[in-house]
Amino acid sequence: MVDVAVVSFAQHNAFREDERNEVEFLQPVIKEAMSNIDLKTQDMGFVVSGSCDYLAGQAFAFVSGLDAVGPWPPLRESHVEMDGAWALYEAWIRLQHGDIDTALVYAFGKSSPGDLPRVLSLQLEPYSVAPLWPDAVSLAALQARALMESGGVSDKDLAEVVARSRSHAASNPAALLSGSHDVADLLAEPMYADPLRRHDCAPVTDGASVIVLAAGDRARELSDNPAWIRGIDHRIEAQGMGLRDLTVSESTRIAGQAAGVADGPVDLAELHAPFSHQELILADALGLGADTVVNPSGGALSANVMMAAGLTRIGEAATRVSNGDGHRAVAHATSGPALQQNLVCVLEADK
Amino acid sequence: MTETTLPEPIEEVTIPIQLDYVYTPGRSSSMWLRGLAEGRLIALQCPTCEKIYAGARGLCPMCGEMFLPDPIDVGPNGTVVTFAVVNVPSKNIDLELPYVSAEVLLDGSHTRTFFLLRGVKPDEVRMGMRVRTVWKDESEWEPTLANIKYVEPIDEPDAPFESIQEFV
Repeated sequence: MVDVAVVSFAQHNAFREDERNEVEFLQPVIKEAMSNIDLKTQDMGFVVSGSCDYLAGQAFAFVSGLDAVGPWPPLRESHVEMDGAWALYEAWIRLQHGDIDTALVYAFGKSSPGDLPRVLSLQLEPYSVAPLWPDAVSLAALQARALMESGGVSDKDLAEVVARSRSHAASNPAALLSGSHDVADLLAEPMYADPLRRHDCAPVTDGASVIVLAAGDRARELSDNPAWIRGIDHRIEAQGMGLRDLTVSESTRIAGQAAGVADGPVDLAELHAPFSHQELILADALGLGADTVVNPSGGALSANVMMAAGLTRIGEAATRVSNGDGHRAVAHATSGPALQQNLVCVLEADK
Repeated sequence: MTETTLPEPIEEVTIPIQLDYVYTPGRSSSMWLRGLAEGRLIALQCPTCEKIYAGARGLCPMCGEMFLPDPIDVGPNGTVVTFAVVNVPSKNIDLELPYVSAEVLLDGSHTRTFFLLRGVKPDEVRMGMRVRTVWKDESEWEPTLANIKYVEPIDEPDAPFESIQEFV
């Protein structure tokens, strides 16, 4: 197995990019990630991205996105219509071939031009479910209801997730929602999609994330303390919402097992939970204990770029491992309705 | 086992889908579109390769660099770089067949812009032919390339092939 590490990370989050289009706000983020390690995009052995043209409603936006890389002379390049975390998985696989030692991974999304919860309806089963236009927030609320009815989880638990996220986000300059919140005040807020309140749902966010991966000695050259990927795995569950138990995440559990989450202590975890109750499901599926700091960045509840927020979780976890905030971290990304598909990555520092 | 009679299989379903968006063209395209509303053809230049893009979108797709901020007026004349004689009717194009679609290198730019070419018989169109843009009445200008009705030949000698070779 080739050892691969995260050696650079940059992100950009905004509630609404009114003026700039995707490629225009993506390019400075790529520049920042490259300047962190003093390299150029043309130095990269492989380039791979994650995005979805439905968000901004622009056909072939993913091809335009490549303009931000400067693809001349031609690059070895790929794209996934998935969160950038899955693009990172492809880059990790590509680096296993051993013939290249760097990869650029980027993801971007501009959801503000459309109605995101409605756009997401189109990822549902197209014959009998999508034509009903069930929106993403309502589907998450069904899951939250199922979780609360199964016992053990109350709306106070959800509010505590939100309060902790906002409090952690205060130290993250990239977070959009942060601050000190009283659980009782949060519970006094009106329902949005019962049992979810507005603060239980991640904000619609425009933005981008960029990660540079490097292998072996190249990673040690580029970073004083690379965040090594010790394990990475992803799993998907049945498309039909009625075919799985919504109160647990089997795909996260299996991916976590395959990635080796339980092989050592977990200092911190960045969990991609666009809805507060999902963080509880994920922490349970990964077997995280009280000694793990969950979402020190504030998580997706503080900023959630569709298609990039999963990659951001890996970047946030890697940054903390490299900075010495923790020695061993878990990063998680999700895709699809109500945690249908999940990726788990274990990151560890040498020192 | 009882015999079951299956209904006729459904072979086709129609599922209407509509998503509404507020289109945001971005900074570069907005300059082009706002220029068109004023009767201008505004191009932007890449600081690295120095190419001048008419109808620039985003950033230089070769170098990945943001364009220089100063708008550069190009056209209103240009050179036919390549063309097609269209004999296929299309539902949303109300033109008498055959008509000519042309890729035009607007003077001062390094990128081709797509226009309808009129005022010349299809069998007389040539690569290198000099043309001018014919605009709608100023009162009708909007932020759209549709302000230009078509391009038509002007009385100038054809541009030599070498001058358009790079753009073919």
